Amino acid sequence: MKLFKELGANAAEAVEGLGAEVRFLLRLIVYTPRALLRFDLIIQQVYNSGALSLVIIMLSGLFVGMVLGLQGYQLLERFGSEASLGTAAAIGLVKELGPVVTALLFAGRAGTALAAELGLMRATDQLSAMEMMAVDPIGRVVVPRFLGGVFTMPLLAAIFSLIGIYGAQLIGVQLMGVDAGSFWSQMQAGVSLSDVTEGIVKSCIFGVACSLIAVYEGYYATATAEGVGRATTRTVVTSAVVILFLDYLLTAMFL
Amino acid sequence: MRMSTSTLNLGTGMFVVLGFAALFFLTTQTTSRGMSLTSAPHYDLTAKFDNIADLKVGAPVSMSGVEIGRVAKIEFDSKAYKAVVLMRVNKKYSQIPSDSDASIYTQGLLGGKFIGITAGGADTYLKDGDQIDFTQSAFVLENLIGQLMANFVKSKADTPAASGPEAAAPAAPAANPPAAKPK
Repeated sequence: MKLFKELGANAAEAVEGLGAEVRFLLRLIVYTPRALLRFDLIIQQVYNSGALSLVIIMLSGLFVGMVLGLQGYQLLERFGSEASLGTAAAIGLVKELGPVVTALLFAGRAGTALAAELGLMRATDQLSAMEMMAVDPIGRVVVPRFLGGVFTMPLLAAIFSLIGIYGAQLIGVQLMGVDAGSFWSQMQAGVSLSDVTEGIVKSCIFGVACSLIAVYEGYYATATAEGVGRATTRTVVTSAVVILFLDYLLTAMFL
Repeated sequence: MRMSTSTLNLGTGMFVVLGFAALFFLTTQTTSRGMSLTSAPHYDLTAKFDNIADLKVGAPVSMSGVEIGRVAKIEFDSKAYKAVVLMRVNKKYSQIPSDSDASIYTQGLLGGKFIGITAGGADTYLKDGDQIDFTQSAFVLENLIGQLMANFVKSKADTPAASGPEAAAPAAPAANPPAAKPK
């Protein structure tokens, strides 16, 4: 009996948390037009979560592409169609791996930083101090971080896919000897614009989800050192689950 | 950790430029759509086929295996019950004899369809808007298998002792082979 009670309480808590996040998102959207006037704050955040994530995104993209090149070549060679390696790698990267892996990396690299920063502001009463000075912390601190993340994600995903395709080309063409001409022409014949759009739409939605989770967890972190730690952990875990769940939904929707 | 504004702007600017360059690359270079935006000077040819199978818009048009253009439009002619294929051919290859023939081939065993043009022997060349009269339809695997099965069943029923489906001979005869016309 007690077990069921606890289960029910947990479920209710989860639904409540979801509602709180959605309401937080609506609040952020309401603040967005005003935040756009302070554009320099957003640029600062684009730098923090975008430009500083470039190295990890590019390195990961390169290796993911190289692995795709190797695995794809091994598989396609069995059917004598290794020339379609370009198509396989490009579609895999543009539609799935680019948006998803970028979002996971973003949650680990930029999301945790956002959550920890906001959580520490909460723990050290900086947010309360802002309220005291009649500065709205959501408009001044949270919304620029959120918008920076939303703007950054599609660009990072595109860079990831681009580097990945060159990684696959490096292995497939340079190492395995697939003809460079057929690698690119098969890719151009096989990838349609809707595939690229699907990837871009996915990464935009992941951007909103990741940034929202990070700023929400940070903003509502318990005001202790332990609370900040928990906020960063929850950011990564929730982001990962939400990204993969949304990815399934979006893929099913685009089919 | 306050950094100078110029470093910040430079880093952000570089990131944004790189991001949009990647987006541009993905939308134009990995798909066939973007290529047609900056198309070379070209001219249009049409051809009517009985059956185009799964030929698609954007499929290559080739001569001797070299791509000379792409399929731009596919329509159905409801009077002649034929598929009308509009081909956009690069101006560079403007000397295609007017009695050339167009056939639909398959890339590899399971690949997509493309149009192959075999040169004829005429002295006059195809111009913009001309029609290729000699065409050969796509080779449809289902028809071939159906024919094979029908023959197999028939030969078994007629002469049980006879050899197997040797009489399949499914290769569609080339419609109007482009014989060089004596002048």
